[in-house]
Amino acid sequence: MTLRLLLRTGALLVSLAVSSAAVFAFMAVLPGDPARVALGVNASDAAVAAMRTQYGLDRPLLTQYVDWATHLVRFDLGTSYVSKAEIGPQVLDRFQVSLWLVVVSMLIAVIVAVPLGTLAAVRHRSALGVVVTAVSQVGVAIPAFLAGIALVTVFAVMLRWLPANGWTPPSADPAMFVKQLILPALSLGAVQGAVLTRYVRSAVLDVLREDYIRTARAKGLTPVRALVRHGLRNAAIPVVTVLGLQLATLLIGAVVIERVFVIPGLGSLLLDAVRTRDLIVVQDVVMLLVLAVLVVNYLVDLLYLAIDPRLRTGEVR
Amino acid sequence: MRARLFAHPGFVVGAVIVGAVVLMAAVSYVWTPYDPTFVDASSRLLSPSWSHPFGTDKFGRDVFSQILMGSRTTLFVGFVAVGVAAAVGVPLGIVSAMAPRYVDEPLMRGSDLLLAFPALLLAIMFSAVYGASTLTAMVAIGIASIPSFARVIRSGALQVMRQEYVLAARVAGRGPVAVGVRHVLPNVASLVIVQASVSFAIAVLAEAALSYLGLGTPPPTPSWGRMLQESQELLFVAPRLSVFPGAAIALAVLGFNLLGDGLRDVLDPRLEDQR
Amino acid sequence: MSRPSDSAGSGDPTDSVDTVGGPVLSVERLGVTSSRYSLVENVSLQIGAGERVGLIGESGSGKTLTALAILGLLPETLRASGSVRLRGADVDLVGASEHDLADIRGRLVSMVFQEPMTALNPTMRVGRQVAEVMLVHETVAGRQEADAAAVALLADVGLPEPAAVARAYPHQLSGGQRQRVVLAIALANNPALLICDEPTTALDVTVQALVLDLVTRGVTARDAALLFISHDLAVVATVCRRVLVMYGGVVVEAGPVEQILTAPRHRYTEGLVAASTIETTDAQGRLRTIRGSVPGHGRYPVGCVFANRCDAATSACEVEPPWVGESVDVGYACHHPVSSGGGVDA
Repeated sequence: MTLRLLLRTGALLVSLAVSSAAVFAFMAVLPGDPARVALGVNASDAAVAAMRTQYGLDRPLLTQYVDWATHLVRFDLGTSYVSKAEIGPQVLDRFQVSLWLVVVSMLIAVIVAVPLGTLAAVRHRSALGVVVTAVSQVGVAIPAFLAGIALVTVFAVMLRWLPANGWTPPSADPAMFVKQLILPALSLGAVQGAVLTRYVRSAVLDVLREDYIRTARAKGLTPVRALVRHGLRNAAIPVVTVLGLQLATLLIGAVVIERVFVIPGLGSLLLDAVRTRDLIVVQDVVMLLVLAVLVVNYLVDLLYLAIDPRLRTGEVR
Repeated sequence: MRARLFAHPGFVVGAVIVGAVVLMAAVSYVWTPYDPTFVDASSRLLSPSWSHPFGTDKFGRDVFSQILMGSRTTLFVGFVAVGVAAAVGVPLGIVSAMAPRYVDEPLMRGSDLLLAFPALLLAIMFSAVYGASTLTAMVAIGIASIPSFARVIRSGALQVMRQEYVLAARVAGRGPVAVGVRHVLPNVASLVIVQASVSFAIAVLAEAALSYLGLGTPPPTPSWGRMLQESQELLFVAPRLSVFPGAAIALAVLGFNLLGDGLRDVLDPRLEDQR
Repeated sequence: MSRPSDSAGSGDPTDSVDTVGGPVLSVERLGVTSSRYSLVENVSLQIGAGERVGLIGESGSGKTLTALAILGLLPETLRASGSVRLRGADVDLVGASEHDLADIRGRLVSMVFQEPMTALNPTMRVGRQVAEVMLVHETVAGRQEADAAAVALLADVGLPEPAAVARAYPHQLSGGQRQRVVLAIALANNPALLICDEPTTALDVTVQALVLDLVTRGVTARDAALLFISHDLAVVATVCRRVLVMYGGVVVEAGPVEQILTAPRHRYTEGLVAASTIETTDAQGRLRTIRGSVPGHGRYPVGCVFANRCDAATSACEVEPPWVGESVDVGYACHHPVSSGGGVDA
């Protein structure tokens, strides 16, 4: 088990190194240099040269990368080419906003998907099961931002129950925070919930066919009890994989939802930076999102160890 | 096989929807009711009527014509993105399956690492560097779809490699390229088709999201995603404007998903519902 | 410890049907149908306490479905008909509510399945899985007592270091060890009836005898009835005193093991016995086989199910042969039975 843990941790570190190099290399190979891009085509050569010196852009690429990466490890993200502000604190601020959105959406998705998916599997021959399956199939086809627009149309424009957009920190006005969070979290969560429902359904269906469920019923457990006691933990193994991938999808999906609901999260920071061609901010935020995805996958693998004893006790299946 | 496909309700519905999208794109080459880019200040924000079945937008452009033209963008992006993903992912998967472990392992690790860059993030990076365009969107979505192609094809190819006729071919001294092209590729073809259909749906979703963010197809080329974005600021005035592009996106994605699921059910006997 | 241990040997003196309470298991005209086909038809059998009865047949003969129907564990697409009565149960097991069946399963009747590698929950410790069956039926006072009883049961089925096995997960055990765990679960509540479905088929030959011996000891010590399903005549002969031969979803012959093995009456049984020995060969010196293969569901001939593979078949076999014999437990259903001396009856 310790070996597995070490190997997995090592793999995470290697992945981080490779992906950070990839992000850096990608941003470095762009046609034209970042200083020229940031200052605009009308800037004087002297001004561009000055900026290159100031930001160390005239150094060899490898030095620049090592410098960026070592600062990154200490969460020193450098200063923006455009606003000249420290990037770190700003990113941290925005990240908190996005995190609220993602975590609440994920909770909604899980709360919707686990019971519905299980129901659809257990009752897969009944009308109810077919309806749940069909609805989730349609839900998968709806992009979150479309769901967002639809929800705004109904609950903000027509019914006027909730604000159409905006963001208030929970510390400033908790009630307003909740009101403004409901629609964006619901649009992200419902769509992910539809995807997750399908995975939960197929995982539970697979488990229901397993011999140990039959053994459990031969022991005298009712079908529901057999599923709860013996099935759910086993069904959780494939579902957890999908949860990890979904968390990554949600992080990126939040970028779009933040645009729909005018939420000042990491996504809007990224999009603003793309618009103003503030490449160092783009590079930092992209790296942060990649880091988040990799760490989530790492945590999912650790969760496996907790769920599946076959992985814990050395022996290979 | 064909009879089973047409007996699969999901496949039939999916095929009909996808067929409709293709038909819309084909029709748009010969006929649209109006020039979809024609700005007419005198007919702004008209409600649906006989002359404008879906109404007009804030510039007086005919929404129905735009939807027709938008289907081209959707299909074009999907085809190129899936093409990029398949062109790289299929050989990668087959090579990985046939190669010794020390080649297979780094290839698959590398492809896994690509999973940390979802389509949208990759497309945002691309547009930050090269500017927003249909091409950057397509390539980014395509690259992001490579790992899933490689994975699926690799596991399929591994199964084929264990088949006796492949072993026989190898024992008979067939070179790895001949085995890969003549034996493995034809036998994973159905997996390629299924994965292509699924990836197509993902590409359509990603294109819509990118265009919505203003990072995809630039104006004036009609795109369903950008139509949604333009409609959003008028949500309080004319909410109907978001209905048509929204429904078009959702239906197209649903169509490709159903098509993919149907193909998988019929082509892949392993996943067949037992009893 | 009220649980019987391994004190009783396999050579038991009393092998007669329990006359006090009637048969433990009484199956009458049991049938299993899918939406299209009839898979099992008109199966009747009785087993008394301490009796060990074999059910033999090729795969697809309906023997496993018969067992699942007795337990009420048929796949949801299949339907059972007829009647299954179990001593101690107030209800007919065919058509009983899921609630009643759950109360009966694991307590009055339990089952050992064919595939030990998949029969246990991979994410639950073995001891817990044994303890569970006692906790579900409240045959022990509490969790601690159940855990202790589980360890004792694991010792009963001959597992070394039972306490360590109880803490292990299934994947840490071999197939033979896992099958012994399954047997421990099945015997935990001293059931009146134990059903074993090919319990040794998936095991190495070397552990087969051991598991068979454990099954025999287990039921003998509890004076339980045993229904033992197998395709292997030799295995059935070691374990059982009586045997029923199934083919095409019907019982074609039944009787004491020695009689079936030495003087089969049904043509199918005759072929089965001939095929299972390497001592007799045909005229060309080849091992004997039954010609043809088992037809698919719904493809059996009308009348005698064996007619299309039978060398003795005539037009008379287009009519379903009647059961010839003193009871459902001894007899055969064949128009042209092998004569007691070995020839063909006129």
